Amino acid sequence: MIREPRPLRLALRLVVIGYLALLVLWPVSMVVVNTFSDGLGNLADAFGNPAVTSGLRLTLEVAVWSVALNLVFGVGTSLLLTRYEFVGKRTLSTLIDLPLAVSPVVVGLALMLVYRRDAPLGGALYDLGYQIIFATPGMILATVFVALPLVVREVVPVLQEIGDEQESAARSLGGTGWQVFWRITLPAIKWAVVYGVVLALARSLGEFGAVKVVSGNVSLRTQTATLVVEETYANFQQGTAYAVALLLTLAAVACITVVSILRPKEARA
Amino acid sequence: MSIEIRGVGKRFGDFVALEDINLSIASGRLTALLGPSGGGKSTLLRIIAGLETADGGTVGIEGVDATNLPARKRDVGFVFQHYAVFKHLSVARNVAFGLEIRKRPRDEIQRRVDELLQLVHLGQFADRLPSQLSGGQRQRMALARALAVEPKVLLLDEPFGALDAKVRKELRDWLRRLHEEVHVTTVFVTHDQEEALELADTIVVINEGRIEQVGTPDELYDEPANRFVMGFLGEVTTLDGQLIRPHDIVVHLTPQPGTIAGEIVRHQRVGFEVRLVVRPHLVPGSSSPVIPGSSSPVIPGLPRDLTNPVVPGSPSPVVPGSSSPVIPGSSSPVIPGLPRDLTNPVVPGSPSPVIPGLPRDLTNADDPSDIVVTLTKTFANALGLREGVRVWLEPEQGARTVGAGSRPERRDCAEPAA
Repeated sequence: MIREPRPLRLALRLVVIGYLALLVLWPVSMVVVNTFSDGLGNLADAFGNPAVTSGLRLTLEVAVWSVALNLVFGVGTSLLLTRYEFVGKRTLSTLIDLPLAVSPVVVGLALMLVYRRDAPLGGALYDLGYQIIFATPGMILATVFVALPLVVREVVPVLQEIGDEQESAARSLGGTGWQVFWRITLPAIKWAVVYGVVLALARSLGEFGAVKVVSGNVSLRTQTATLVVEETYANFQQGTAYAVALLLTLAAVACITVVSILRPKEARA
Repeated sequence: MSIEIRGVGKRFGDFVALEDINLSIASGRLTALLGPSGGGKSTLLRIIAGLETADGGTVGIEGVDATNLPARKRDVGFVFQHYAVFKHLSVARNVAFGLEIRKRPRDEIQRRVDELLQLVHLGQFADRLPSQLSGGQRQRMALARALAVEPKVLLLDEPFGALDAKVRKELRDWLRRLHEEVHVTTVFVTHDQEEALELADTIVVINEGRIEQVGTPDELYDEPANRFVMGFLGEVTTLDGQLIRPHDIVVHLTPQPGTIAGEIVRHQRVGFEVRLVVRPHLVPGSSSPVIPGSSSPVIPGLPRDLTNPVVPGSPSPVVPGSSSPVIPGSSSPVIPGLPRDLTNPVVPGSPSPVIPGLPRDLTNADDPSDIVVTLTKTFANALGLREGVRVWLEPEQGARTVGAGSRPERRDCAEPAA
């Protein structure tokens, strides 16, 4: 370990702490302070507002669905990327990362082009009775898209690290594909899966841009918690906005806490 | 025949891993697939197991055409170099895996697992996790796991490759004994010629995707089909353009007809053996270092009387490295009964003679034409062989040599190398 001179060390620490404080600690703590500026009034107001409770419920619904979809397809895609050789594998691997790079607003617009009523696919689905855009399915799609890489990027390295020997051994001992997956592969990657799911959940709860485009932002119907924060703030209901923001922050903190508890376990395994 | 392989080939992109392999493996025997890394032997084993699909050809196991059967239906036990233990399951659950998959009754599983853990001497470790076992113990557990389902054939892919030398040797002996108890057809892959010679009933030498030779250890060592097999199973050196075992070279201290003159440039003691590196003298105007049939003139400056112990009835001291040489003046044979390959192994994967534990350049001749000769320490001392001494070398009568044409030849009918 390199030992810097004492004054330099103190200065470095101060810079880092100051940087984090100005960027993260102070702003976030201001949310807390402002929420409780008149005691529990802001929170009570928020929970008394049907737009807020409906938004929270919708956020939860969208997040749960998109996490479930990302879990199934994320694990499936990870297995595909690590255990099989096929044409276009590199392209697929690159595409998985696209949602991280592209702006959520672009995601929303792109989904609009395919799933709105006057587009071929969107129209066909509408005729079958499924409205995608300006409805919950569209918001779930947008959220799934945005959180897509999180499970895959956690699971793929672990699958690569454990290799396929255990799976080969299980197959030669008579295991079918499902048996090998449930008994051997899944136990080996479970912490990576949980970690990816928690990250995806945090991302899904906080998604704003893509959802705003595809939802239509109709209060009480297609407005998630993040959209409620924006609207209430713009309508000078700052107290309600701070209260909902605090709830979203607490959910994020809970996710990060779970992740940091899981991390050492992952390292030990 | 237990395993019948017909016309099997495998390519990875442009790389030809296996080319038209035809092989029959006998039931109930221990067979080694021996060859250098990347030669295709592991690929062949994985094709037998169904873990890899061949591009063409057929694989039969115990009379059943297994070519299109998935691994789980082939009834083979597979043991991996890096154990492939199920990390999250206890030792007992690891061994029980195949039986649980087959939905055997609980008490039967329990009984069979206990039995197998006794067999591999892991009875007291049943409830431990694999991470609490040593490498050798893990590999024994993997073996018990493979045996639990009573496979028709047991396939081992470099089973001792990841273990240190001492454990490797112990496990090798143990596997031999285990095989005598459990007569399951066993095929193992190794790049260690010593392991193959010691363990296998039959050795299949595989190199660059092709089978070079199939035979018993003795056949391969004594009758190598070509230069590759000769070089891979034991030490070789080149004498007069012919591959020969370093202990099959006779050392004369005086010029003899048909011998190769040279000077000892390195003298190394390795245990009870002495290894000499002899640099041949090239006769001016000739590409061959062979001294034309000269009558033994005494080389001036060579203290012949001091260094040359006279063997009665022999005009010059002959040192046959492979038979038990008798030291003149002594009635006891020198180090009898010690197998040469065990004490003087070639480092696995290296076709050229290398002393284990020593860097290659120290042992290998500096010059490609240098000749390596090994003889017993006692003999070398009796002959006074030191660095700088001139010697004349010739192959021992009946020694196995392989010429550039890669046909094995007896020395007594060999043509001089072109």
